[in-house]
Amino acid sequence: MEYVNQIRLEMQSCSENEALARTVAASFVAEMDPTMEELTEIRTAISEAVSNAVIHAYGGDRKGLIILEAALLSDGKVIFSVEDKGRGIEDIEKAREPLFTTGPAGERSGMGFTVMESFMDKLQVESTPGRGTRITMVKLLDRSYGF
Amino acid sequence: MEIRFEMTEDILIAYLFGELDHHSAGEIRTSLDKTMDTFRAKHLILDFGKVTFMDSAGIGVVMGRYNRVHEKGGRIFVSGAGNYIYRILEMAGVFTITELCKSPKEGIQILEKARESGGEV
Repeated sequence: MEYVNQIRLEMQSCSENEALARTVAASFVAEMDPTMEELTEIRTAISEAVSNAVIHAYGGDRKGLIILEAALLSDGKVIFSVEDKGRGIEDIEKAREPLFTTGPAGERSGMGFTVMESFMDKLQVESTPGRGTRITMVKLLDRSYGF
Repeated sequence: MEIRFEMTEDILIAYLFGELDHHSAGEIRTSLDKTMDTFRAKHLILDFGKVTFMDSAGIGVVMGRYNRVHEKGGRIFVSGAGNYIYRILEMAGVFTITELCKSPKEGIQILEKARESGGEV
């Protein structure tokens, strides 16, 4: 399958960039004429991944590096990745469990990965403690209406 | 994100406007807690009718407020949640601890009815 378009965005690990990242991701797929629902799902999943990097990978340090990449394939498949060079995840399976969080008690829901999983079609988490984390998500845009 | 408050008896209504994410959640939490304390609110109605974006940070905001309201023996309502916001809150089981209503007005009516029937509300 051929790549139609690709982007790469490097940003600092500050929370202001959560909105920037999700807006860029949504604009990127706009040419594929996605539904409002698909756009909302993409915006939300990207926001979760970037928030995780800001909160967990760098723990409030605003100078960390976060890289958002997106690739559009000719069949309507979009591949997103959010990468950081932060702390890494010790136990990926545990981190993906609903309601599990290492964030401040009662204020972080532990639902980030669950939201990403349910809004995207595929989710892959690669992480090395002390080196960083890379989240890859695939979204299949509905191209079946055919008119 | 912007927040506007309205107080009716011991019920605080918080109207949220804009995008609720990790970036805006901190400010919203502080503002909600401070206002609840200042006006000694017992019950809280969170209105999501004008929220244009929300991710799981919104779940944390609702759950965190539940703990505070619950301590005072109050009730917490979520109003005006569209399909998408409902879906995210439902994912975390938020509606097992909060009540859902169409509008803040409906939440107030539920509380008033409970008061009239002689219950300690």
